[in-house]
Amino acid sequence: MKAGNGKMVLEDDQIEDLFVSVKRRYGYDFTGYSEASIKRRLQKFIETSEIQSAGALRNHLLQDETFFRFFLDEITVNVTEMFRDPLFFASLKKNVFPLLNTYPFIKIWDAGCASGEELYSLAIFLDEDGLYGKSRIYATDISQRVLDKAMDGIYPIDLMKEYTGNYIHAGGKRSFSEYYTAMYGNAIFHSSLKKNVMFSAHNLAVDESFNEFNLIVCRNVLIYFKRQLQERVIELFLKSLPVFGFLALGNKETLSFSSFKNHFEEIDRLQKIYRRIN
Amino acid sequence: MLGKMEAIVVGGSWGGIDAVIKILSALPSDYKPTMIIALHRPKNVVNSLEGILKRYSKIPFSEPQDKEEIRFNHVYLAPSNYHLFIEKERIFSLDVSPPVNYFRPSIDVLFESAAEVYGKLLTGILLTGANKDGGDGMKTIAENGGFTIVQDPSTAASGIMPSAALRLIKPDFLGNIHSIIELISSGKEFIWQ
Repeated sequence: MKAGNGKMVLEDDQIEDLFVSVKRRYGYDFTGYSEASIKRRLQKFIETSEIQSAGALRNHLLQDETFFRFFLDEITVNVTEMFRDPLFFASLKKNVFPLLNTYPFIKIWDAGCASGEELYSLAIFLDEDGLYGKSRIYATDISQRVLDKAMDGIYPIDLMKEYTGNYIHAGGKRSFSEYYTAMYGNAIFHSSLKKNVMFSAHNLAVDESFNEFNLIVCRNVLIYFKRQLQERVIELFLKSLPVFGFLALGNKETLSFSSFKNHFEEIDRLQKIYRRIN
Repeated sequence: MLGKMEAIVVGGSWGGIDAVIKILSALPSDYKPTMIIALHRPKNVVNSLEGILKRYSKIPFSEPQDKEEIRFNHVYLAPSNYHLFIEKERIFSLDVSPPVNYFRPSIDVLFESAAEVYGKLLTGILLTGANKDGGDGMKTIAENGGFTIVQDPSTAASGIMPSAALRLIKPDFLGNIHSIIELISSGKEFIWQ
């Protein structure tokens, strides 16, 4: 359908068809994604790619895997920042790290790590509290391209002013610039921060549990999923957490609507830090 | 004149907090339509806007959680550093896709998704602001048959945002904040289904 301004507008059933075809061809399942948000990104993708019809988009995606990879990066959201929600990191330091420190070895899953800003924030705080040496962090994302960025750990230098503010606000103990080298307009984070990190592609919508963790950090990922898919992922986390394992969500994400909520207690109600209790 | 109405979306930027406080202070506790507000606000600061606005509202007031069901007789404030969407099942969803018009939450994002879900049962109010966010959203509300209200730029703390919207649409109602409040709070002016 064309809107008055000549732009192609995708109908709901066309989007459904598209996602079913993509799932069959590539195994990526977007049918459980929150509609309003993914529809907006699909619409933007179409406006910038000069594709004329829903059928043309579908054919192009199915025939050209490179184009599909590009599409995947465009319609999944990979925007993140270091120490986003400083009070979350402050709470992690105060309420979770002391308990993690009682273990001889700490396993952490950063699920949906995107380009790694949250991962490095975590590593920095673990290091400052003397926990990094005995930690192993599994950083996963649906997109290999953003995982490559996460492995690089290189971010634009202009963002460091904001990130430094977040870091201080979160209770950072050092000077933030100690963690990176400034070069050619970029901040290159020290490779020691990733020496205990394993990077791997993992798709929460279709893949299974692969280990057990003392802490799972998955912030602002569930928001992209409808309740049914959220439920699948929460069950996946439950299977990946021993009793007393921690789960950290984004600060507007909640387990309140989940049938698994009774397996968890709230450690920090506002910052959405939970602990498995049974 | 306002018709049947299920929800009101409100957008504001520079000066918007004061305008929203005036609206909230005036509405009665049994006000039925859902009200959803997007205000431009700084991110990563201790979140006090919810607490401040809540004190002025006689209607239950909160920032929604992701996938929360939308209630009547409730005022919702778009959370800081997220875009807020309305799903057709009448639940909220959030995302952190890049800022639109430099802002997250963006008024356009909220208004466009609300317009698609509520159609002609939506009223959109665009208040004071010093940027052009909200104009496209108001246009989408109008295209979907909703009722559009724009604060008269000459009476706004900053007229830039309402003026930008007026270049895109001819609103159903244009007036100062008091006349807007009078219009939306008068039970005789609209039938709520």
